[in-house]
Amino acid sequence: MVRLEETSLPGVGMRYDFDGRFGKRVGVIVHRDGRREMFVSLREDPDACAQSITLDEGEAEVVADLLGGSTVSRRVGQTMQDIEGLAMDWLPLERGSPFAGRALGDSQMRTRTGTSVVAVMRAGQAVPAPGPEFVLEAGDTVVVVGTAGGVRRAARLLSSGAEH
Amino acid sequence: MLGRLFLELGTVILALALVGRAAGRLGITPIPLYLMAGIGLGTVMHLDDTAEKFIHTGAEIGAILLLFILGLEYTSDELRTNLRANRRIGLLDLALNFTPGVVAGALLGLPPLAWVLLGGITYLTSSGIASKILSDLGRLGNRETPTILAVCVIEDVVMAFYLPVVAALLIGGSLLTVGVNLALALTAFGVTFFLAMRYGHVLSRVLNVPSDETLLLGVLGLVLVVAGAADLLKVSAAIGAFLVGIALSGEVAHRARAQIEPLRDLFAAVFFLFFGLQLDLAAVPDVLLPAALLALVTAVTKFLVGWHGAAQAGVQSRGRFRAGTTLIPRGEFSILIAGLGLGLAPVLGPLAAVYVLLTAIIGPVLARFDAALAPRVARVLGG
Repeated sequence: MVRLEETSLPGVGMRYDFDGRFGKRVGVIVHRDGRREMFVSLREDPDACAQSITLDEGEAEVVADLLGGSTVSRRVGQTMQDIEGLAMDWLPLERGSPFAGRALGDSQMRTRTGTSVVAVMRAGQAVPAPGPEFVLEAGDTVVVVGTAGGVRRAARLLSSGAEH
Repeated sequence: MLGRLFLELGTVILALALVGRAAGRLGITPIPLYLMAGIGLGTVMHLDDTAEKFIHTGAEIGAILLLFILGLEYTSDELRTNLRANRRIGLLDLALNFTPGVVAGALLGLPPLAWVLLGGITYLTSSGIASKILSDLGRLGNRETPTILAVCVIEDVVMAFYLPVVAALLIGGSLLTVGVNLALALTAFGVTFFLAMRYGHVLSRVLNVPSDETLLLGVLGLVLVVAGAADLLKVSAAIGAFLVGIALSGEVAHRARAQIEPLRDLFAAVFFLFFGLQLDLAAVPDVLLPAALLALVTAVTKFLVGWHGAAQAGVQSRGRFRAGTTLIPRGEFSILIAGLGLGLAPVLGPLAAVYVLLTAIIGPVLARFDAALAPRVARVLGG
């Protein structure tokens, strides 16, 4: 069960966040004007945001649907159901990563960790379902889906080149 | 005649646009640059009477709209819960940051009322700059952010009490007249505040017409009327506007904000420019040292407030550091207060201008070094 924290941001809106199972804080800010801002915390500084994306109401609905929101209650603040055995994470591709500048296929992500790369975020834009020839760049955020352990291994693979 | 007026106004506004772009490039807030543009224009350009009058009126409208939008930002519910939850950090902030201004006023040999003004100048963090830093750098989701916003909200409320009091004191006269003015100002403020909190929703409903155009005219008209009436009652026009902002809530607040914000941006820029225009350049070298010292001291005291507040919220040292540095910049309200006191102590003008310039630079620059500096500060402060 996810424990959701609710904080009011005077003049801005409401913030909902939780400490994710994979060591990152994940949250959504509902702005007064209806914009939704989604963020993940920085690994080495859990108080700070590593990434944040701002979505308008329509876009937020689409993302919620993509994440399985249609089968789950859409009202934030109520308990969220997690789908047993399935995990998703946004993995930042740091400058030192061995895969920066190389094709996605070179990482052999699926063979080695059992996870799939469902999208790559670059400069605020999403590249959905990138193929094996897609060239990763430092600064990208790789969105992976798999088992909890697989996602953890994928994070290690991307940062060090070895999954163990 | 008209041609010359337009030419001059256009040039002035274009100059503002240019420095605004420069500020965007440098990643700092344009407020100090507007001030400097005003100072620069004052030396190279001689505006004719009509243009000068227009800019003066525009600046006054800017001050009113700044406060109105500030009031719109908060719902009365938010104010209530926030005040209750953050009393202690608010008191610490007041004690640590009002005092340096008062002491500096005394040391500079200014009249006692100017001490109070200088206290206000050093106390008020620029909530405009702080919220801009937070949203521009994608820091709204950070853990220390609620602390920063809470401090700003409390300061804004204190400001709402402070301004009418200062305005009444500035009218001066015998002890009795000052007393009467003060009582009048506080009563008027209290009654309006109560009405705004209690019956704001009625006003919001009445003003919320479907046509955008009518809404804009209705809201702007009301703001100006209330500001004017407040000024005639010696309460300070800006506070009248602030109260109208507090009273409006819900959909009408949201729509009015979208419509008035561009007007505010225009007139607030004119406000900073006008302040720069008026500034006596010859007085700047004399205030350089006191302003720098004051900026240094109050950067530290403000930093401590942010650090302490974030620590209480369970934030780690880097976040505490960011909270501290984000609160350092002073801006629009410090200038506004200095503007009130120009007749009393002309030195407040250049002093506040240099002070705002320095703090608006120190804060954002320091904030970038959170990874390197936070652990050292933590060692000193024992965090």
